[in-house]
Amino acid sequence: MIQTINVILADYLIYMLIFALFFLSILGIMICGNYIKKLICMNIMQVAVIFFFLCTAQEEDATIPILEEGIANPALYVNPLPHALMLTAIVVSLGTTGVAIALLMHIKETYGSVEESEILRRSDR
Amino acid sequence: MRENAPVCIVILPLAAALLSLCLGYVKKEAAGWAAIIGLGGAFLCSLQVFCQAVKTGEVSYYLGNWEPPYGIAFSIDPLSGLIAMMAALLALLSAIYALSFVKEEGWVRYAGFYALLSLLAAGLLGMTITGDVFNLYVFLEIASLAGYGLIGFGGGKSALASFRYLLIGTIGASFYLLGIGYLFAFTGTLNMADLSERMSPFFENTFMWLPMAMILIGFGIKMALFPMHGWQPDAYSYAHPGAAGLIAGVMAKIPAYAMLRFFFCILDPHVPSVQMAMNLAGIAAAAGIIFGSVMAIAQKDFRRMLAYSSVAQVGYIVVGFSIGNPLALTGAVLHIVGHGFMKSSLFMTAGAIRYRYGIVLYENFGQLYRRMPVTTAVLVLSGLSMIGVPPTAGFFSKWYLGLGAAEAGEWIYILLLLVSSLLNAVYFFRVFETIFMQQPSSFTQKEADDCSANKPGGKELPLTMLFSMGAAGLLVLVTGLCNQPMAQILLSSLPEVIHS
Repeated sequence: MIQTINVILADYLIYMLIFALFFLSILGIMICGNYIKKLICMNIMQVAVIFFFLCTAQEEDATIPILEEGIANPALYVNPLPHALMLTAIVVSLGTTGVAIALLMHIKETYGSVEESEILRRSDR
Repeated sequence: MRENAPVCIVILPLAAALLSLCLGYVKKEAAGWAAIIGLGGAFLCSLQVFCQAVKTGEVSYYLGNWEPPYGIAFSIDPLSGLIAMMAALLALLSAIYALSFVKEEGWVRYAGFYALLSLLAAGLLGMTITGDVFNLYVFLEIASLAGYGLIGFGGGKSALASFRYLLIGTIGASFYLLGIGYLFAFTGTLNMADLSERMSPFFENTFMWLPMAMILIGFGIKMALFPMHGWQPDAYSYAHPGAAGLIAGVMAKIPAYAMLRFFFCILDPHVPSVQMAMNLAGIAAAAGIIFGSVMAIAQKDFRRMLAYSSVAQVGYIVVGFSIGNPLALTGAVLHIVGHGFMKSSLFMTAGAIRYRYGIVLYENFGQLYRRMPVTTAVLVLSGLSMIGVPPTAGFFSKWYLGLGAAEAGEWIYILLLLVSSLLNAVYFFRVFETIFMQQPSSFTQKEADDCSANKPGGKELPLTMLFSMGAAGLLVLVTGLCNQPMAQILLSSLPEVIHS
C-alpha cells in the first residue's frame, strides 16, 4: 500500500501538479481582466514549463552533476542538460517579460489604464 | 569563408542588429545601411548554401566543431535552403522598403527599427536552418520578441495588439517547449537527426498523443492556424507598415515549415498518432480556409482583409501536410514560398497607399491606378496570384495541392480549393473594381489637385519603395514561372520516409 502511494506520489503526482499549474495559468491569462495579472499568469506558466524540465532530470539516489572521486557511473549523477536548457528558457522569459512591461507602459500612457474593460471602452470612443 | 557560409546566414543579421544601434547613435542612416548589408550578406550566403545543397545534398555545420548529438548543428537541405533564401530576400526587400517610412524618426526609433528587423530576420533564418529542436525554440523566441517590438512600433492601437500577441505567442512557445520536453524525456536527445533515429521504439507509447498535440498547438498558434488565429488580424493590421510585409509574409510561414520538419522528418508520418495529429490539423485548416475567406469578404480595411486571407492561406499549407504525399507536400512548400512573396508585396502596396494618401479603407481607392500605376500593377499581380490565376505562383501551388489530393483520393480538399479560390476572387475583384472603375474618392482627388498645382509630374513613391515593391511583385511571377525546377528539387529532397 505504502509502496503504491510512494510510486504514485513520486512518479505521477509532481507531473499532475505541474500540468495543473500550467493549465491554471492559461486559464488565468484568459479570464483576468487586468493586463498586469495576465502578465503574472504568463510568468507562472513559464515557471511550470521549467519545473517540468527539471523534473525530467531527477534520478533516485543521484547526486549533483560534479565529478567526484570514486563515482564513475553516470547513472549516479543528475542529468545536468535540462538545467542548462532551462537557464536559456529563463533568459527568454526574462526578455519576454521585459518586452511585455515596455508595451504595458506604452498602453498605460495611451489609454490611462491597464484594465481590459477600461481600455476597450476608451478605444471605442 | 565558403565552409562558414551556413553560420553566416544567422550571424550576419545578428551582427547587423547589434551594430545598427551603435552606428545609429553616430549617424542614423548608417543603421539602415548596416541592416541592409547584413541582410544582403545573409541572402548571398543562403543562395550559396542552397546551390551547394542542390549539388551535393545536405550541408551540415557544427557550431564550435562540436559534433552532434553533443553540439548544436545547422543542417541545410534544398528544402530549408529554399525557405531560407525566401526569408532572407524578403527581409532585405523590407529593409530597403522601410527606409522612407522611418526617415523622419529620431535616431533611437530609426536604429531600433532596423535592429528589430535584423533580429527578426536572424530568428526566422535560424529557425529554418537549425538542426536542434531546442535551438529552434530559442530562435522562435528571438523572432517572436523582435516581432512583438515591430508590431508595437506601429502607433495607435498597435501596442495593445502587440501585447495580446505576446500573451498568446508565449502560450504557443510554452506548449512547444513542453512538447519537446516530453520527447527529450523519452529519448534524451535534442538533435533532430538523432531524435528521429531514437524515436521509433516510443511510437507505440500510450501518451504519444500528448507531445503531438502540444507541438501542433504550439506551431498552430505561431502560424495563426484556425481556430488559434485570434491574435493575427490585429497584429498584422497595426504592425509598423515598413515591417508588415516581412511580418505577414514570413513570420507565419517559418513555423509552418518547422511543423513540416517535425512531423515528416523527425517523426514518422505513418505512425497512427502522427496521422491523427495531421488529420486534426487538416480539419482545422479546412475550416480555417472557409472562415478566413468569409471573414476577409466582410472587412472594409484593406490590411485586415489581407490578414484574414492569411488565415485561409495558411490553411492551404496545412492541408498539404495533411494529405501528406510528395505532390501535396511540394504544393505546400511552394505555397510557403509563393504566399510569402504574395502577402509581402500586398502588405507593401497597402503600406505604400497609406504612405501616400493615409487611407486604409479600400472603398477610398477609386481611380488609384492613374496616380500609382506601379503600386496598382503589383497589387493586381499579387491579387491574381492569391486567387490562383496562371502563370503566377498561387496557381501552381494550388495545382500541386490538387494533384496530391487527387492522388490520395481526398476529393473533398479539391472541392475546398475550388470554393476558396472563388471566395478569394470575390474579395480581390471587389478591390480591383474599386481601383479601376469607381470615381476617385475625396482623398485621391484632393492629392491629385495638389500635385498638379504644385509639382507637376511628382513621383509616385520614393524610389526605394518602388524598387522593393516591384521586386516582390516580380518574384511572385518568377516563382510561378520557375515552378517546374523548384518542384523537381523539392520532390527529390523531401525525406525518403514520405516516398515509401
